[in-house]
This record gives sequence, C-alpha cells and structure tokens, in this order.
Amino acid sequence: MTAVDFSTTFSNAWFPTPVFTASGCASSGKELAQFFPLKDIGAVVTKSIMNKARLGRATPRMAETPSGMLNSIGLQGPGIDTFIEKDIPWLVEQKARIIVSIAGETIEEYSTLARKLRSVSGISAIEVNISCPNVENRGLVFACDPEASRKVIDGVRRTIGGELPIIAKLSPDVTDIVTIAKGVVDAGADGIALINTVLGMVINLSTMRPHLGGKTGGLSGPAIRPIAVRAIYQVHAAIPNIPILGMGGVTSGRDAFEMILAGASAVSVGTASFGNPMAIPHIQEELKSLLEEKGFKQIKDAIGYAHRTDEHHE
Amino acid sequence: MATINRSAAQLRATIVGNKLVGQYHQILISVGDLVDKCKPGNFVAISVGGDSSKMILRRAFAISRVTHSNSFGGTMELIVAPHGQGSKWLCAQPEGAVIDLVAPLGSAFGIPTEPVQVLLVGGGYGSAPLFGLAEVLKDRGCKVDMLLGASTAGKIYAPMEGKRSVNSLRIYTEDGSMGIAGKVTDPIPELISDLDVAVIYSCGPMGMLAAISAITADKDVVHQCAVEESMACGIGICMTCVLPVRNEDNSISMLRSCIDGPVMDGSNVMWDLVGKNPTVTQ
Repeated sequence: MTAVDFSTTFSNAWFPTPVFTASGCASSGKELAQFFPLKDIGAVVTKSIMNKARLGRATPRMAETPSGMLNSIGLQGPGIDTFIEKDIPWLVEQKARIIVSIAGETIEEYSTLARKLRSVSGISAIEVNISCPNVENRGLVFACDPEASRKVIDGVRRTIGGELPIIAKLSPDVTDIVTIAKGVVDAGADGIALINTVLGMVINLSTMRPHLGGKTGGLSGPAIRPIAVRAIYQVHAAIPNIPILGMGGVTSGRDAFEMILAGASAVSVGTASFGNPMAIPHIQEELKSLLEEKGFKQIKDAIGYAHRTDEHHE
Repeated sequence: MATINRSAAQLRATIVGNKLVGQYHQILISVGDLVDKCKPGNFVAISVGGDSSKMILRRAFAISRVTHSNSFGGTMELIVAPHGQGSKWLCAQPEGAVIDLVAPLGSAFGIPTEPVQVLLVGGGYGSAPLFGLAEVLKDRGCKVDMLLGASTAGKIYAPMEGKRSVNSLRIYTEDGSMGIAGKVTDPIPELISDLDVAVIYSCGPMGMLAAISAITADKDVVHQCAVEESMACGIGICMTCVLPVRNEDNSISMLRSCIDGPVMDGSNVMWDLVGKNPTVTQ
C-alpha cells in the first residue's frame, strides 16, 4: 500500500499534515512541545493575540459539562509585540508551521495587528478571530454581524492580502452561517475556520448564581461536534472552492475524517489536548490509517466527499 | 513566566493499593522510575471515567509522597476525597486497574539550604503532601512542627507513619470533635515568635492560605503555599487556573497555578483579587 499524501493547502500555504492545534488550546506551543515535536503536526495555531497585554476574565474560568466544557478566559495574553519578540522565534526554531490568530476590539485593531505581523518571517497564515464569545459586549462579536465581519476582513486584506493567507474564524451562534462566510470571502478571506465555541452557561447550585466569573462561556468538546460538522457541510456546499479549517470537539481520527468528508481541508484539535496532551499526534495517526483504509490516495480527494451526488458504489 | 515541569510525562500506570483512611482514599500507583522526578508540591493529572466517559478533563491531585517498594518498584501515593464524579470514579478503581496519568506537574516546595525552623500547616486532605515534605525537610536538618485543621474529625488526614517526621503535631477542628476546638490559623502568630519560624509551608483551602498570608505579611517569615484553582488541562495550555500575582514593578499577572504553581510565594498572591476581574480593580 502506498502512503497517503497527507499534505494540505490554504491558498499559498502548504502543510505536511491536516491536523493543527486549535487557537486558544495550545498557548504558543511550548507546553505541548514537552510531549511531541511541534514540527510533526500540520501547524500550531497560536492563542488569539491582541494589540496590548490583557489579563482576561475573573475565575472561575471553566466548568466541565457532559462531553464538553465551558471556558471564559477573555483573551488573556502578552500583547502582539511581546508575542512577536518571544513566541514566533521560538516556534520558528522548532520548525513548526505557524498560523497566528489575531483578535481585536475594533476594526482598526485587526488592521494594526496585521500590519505588525506583515514583516515577521516564518508565519504560514493569519487566523482572524472575529468570533471570541468571551467579550463583555455581544455587539463586539463581529462574526454575528455580516457587515462588521466584512469590514474586519477587508481591513486585514488591505494590509496583508496576497502576502499571507487570511482565515476568518466564525461563530456558530448565528442564524445563517453561510451568509457570514460568503461575506468574509467577498471581503478577501482565503479560508474559513469553523467553528468557534458555542455560547453557554452553567449555574452553580451552591451559590445559585452563574458559575463562571464571566457568567457566560464558550462551550467546546465533543458536545459541539455535530454543530461543527453541520456548519462545515453548509459552508462547503455554498462555497466549495474556499478551504475550511474545521474544529469543534475533534477527539479521534474518526472525528477528523468526518470533518474532512464534510468539507474541511484541515482540522484543529483543541479541548482534546486538555484531556490528553498526545491527542494531536494520536489523531493524526488514526486519520492516516482511516484514509488508507478507505482507499484515499491523497487527502484532497476526501475533502467534501460527503457532498458527492454520484450514487455509484464501488 | 515559568515553563512546564521538564520531567512531565504521560504514562499508563497500575493502581497497586486503594484503602479508606477516615473519609479519604489512600491510593498507591506504580509509576516506576518516575518517582525520582517527583518532588513535594508536584501534582498528577489523571484521566477519569474510562474511554467512553463524558468527563473529558483530567483531575489534578497533589502527590502526597513517593516511595520505592520491593514488590511494586516506584510508587506514588495520593489522598483523594470522593467528592465529585471524577474523584469518586478514581476511588472506586480496584487494585490492578490501569489509569492514564501525566506527572510530575507544577512547581515544588522550595527546601531551605540551612537547617531552619519550619511550620507546616494543612487544611483537610491538603495535609497529604505535607508529610512527604516533612521527611525531606527533616533530612535537611530542619526542625519541623505541624498544624492540621479541618471542619470536623473525619476530615483530618494524619497517618501514623507521617507523625514520625515531625517534632510536634497539633490538630484543630472547628466543631471540636478532635484536638483543639478552633481554626488551624489561630495559633500561628504565637508560634512564629515562640519557635522563631523561618518558613511556613501550607496546603489547603484558599481561605486558609489567604489567612496565613495575612498573618505573615508584616513578619520576616517566608510563606510557601500550594494553591488550588479549578483547572482543565494541568499542563499550562487552557489558561483557566490563573491567580492574580503581584510583579516586582507592582503590576499584576494572571499566573497559571498549574505551571507557575501550585507552590507560590503567598506574599505575592493578591488574595483579595482572586475571583475578581483585575482589569477593573487595577
């Protein structure tokens, strides 16, 4: 049996495998590097970085839920300047492919972040996180508003368009995700990341108040996987030529394969790494075996395979 | 900012002992040579519920002590209170069960270079890692006195063999059902001056750690405390277990208790900001 061609692309960015970390679930890679070499996985998607250092939300910041968890971090981070100075060179040294996730409070902040990243070498792509649920004002979740989403992506495109692929990360908490996806692609996104966490809440029965310091949090883990598969399927059906970075509860090779069949060109693994630091290499191996087992010679043939209209069975 | 414990490794390990001690389970796990990397204060993160579990996150437990035994090689001991679903599952595991663990994690208690007077203060099963620590301190020549407290007698964890490594042990219960009626923090100010305490080591509920920090604030006593904040990963990637800590320039950092802790300098933790939004109160 010949080996499966495991490589995948997002616009002009090439990745040797289709399994990445998920933004916000791997910090900047240093901790997971204790368990496996970062160069062995597709890419490290770094935790969304803002222009200035940020302390984030009050504790408690997490609550485990059935087959999932809520988090309420609030984009804690060192700020873009420190990140560029310390984290990027370290990742480059590890020979990791790097996708930098950026988050802003304003449309201008995203452009500023893109400008600062423009001259940094070693980056494969930019993930524009317009869908973090843990912000004080829901009106600031750009991905819930088609017009705001377009404006953010348009600003980033004007700054770095054509140089680095732009991947827009969307929220599932919208009425019609296809409209939002089409809008950001029109504005210049080269790829779509689906999905960010789903807004949720847990009430603490001792205090009889919301358990999380930030009251609401983002639900992740296997509990949300069918929502992610649905969103990937819908967006791939509407805009099949745009690569999708699929994520949401991927815990096994089977889950990664499911997202690829739905239309993902690559998958990010997030919460699974919390439960198992070796989750990403394991998922990668399982996915490879599955692709071989199903007779796919290259990953590209499996992307969106669930959409085929041909009913012919071999 | 600190980095992940360089010795941290993931392994499947066999439970070789599980017995009830008061309200707690004393669980022994065979971990081989990993014991040589474990220091007092370090913790272990254990998968719970089996492969098809709806509990997706590991549970963190302080390593109470490590030993070399003839029959099982290197073993790690945990003292577990069967409170939640995850800890109940672990306590229900029989001898011979294989579990998935990551250890050693987090920072360790600093050991004085000089043989000084130390005071160990434990709340509830927080006393567990203090007995292993006491042995190390005693080997260093330190004089070790210990205070243990809990709400009631059943929640005191004080094994017979542990008492050998301490000079004195005083027990406090809030309901007076064992030892002296009162809080474990009550005698600390007097003991600091009477014994000339150089270092206090503490492990227990956050309220107790905060109270000890308040006592030592105006005294020339180092307070090393093992904090406990709910965490999802234990390895520094989820950013949920953070605590507000004062930097040298008086700015605040939200440090991860799994990596920068669990052992922290109590005088740097901003206890009154725990659970509050530091961006607002700064």
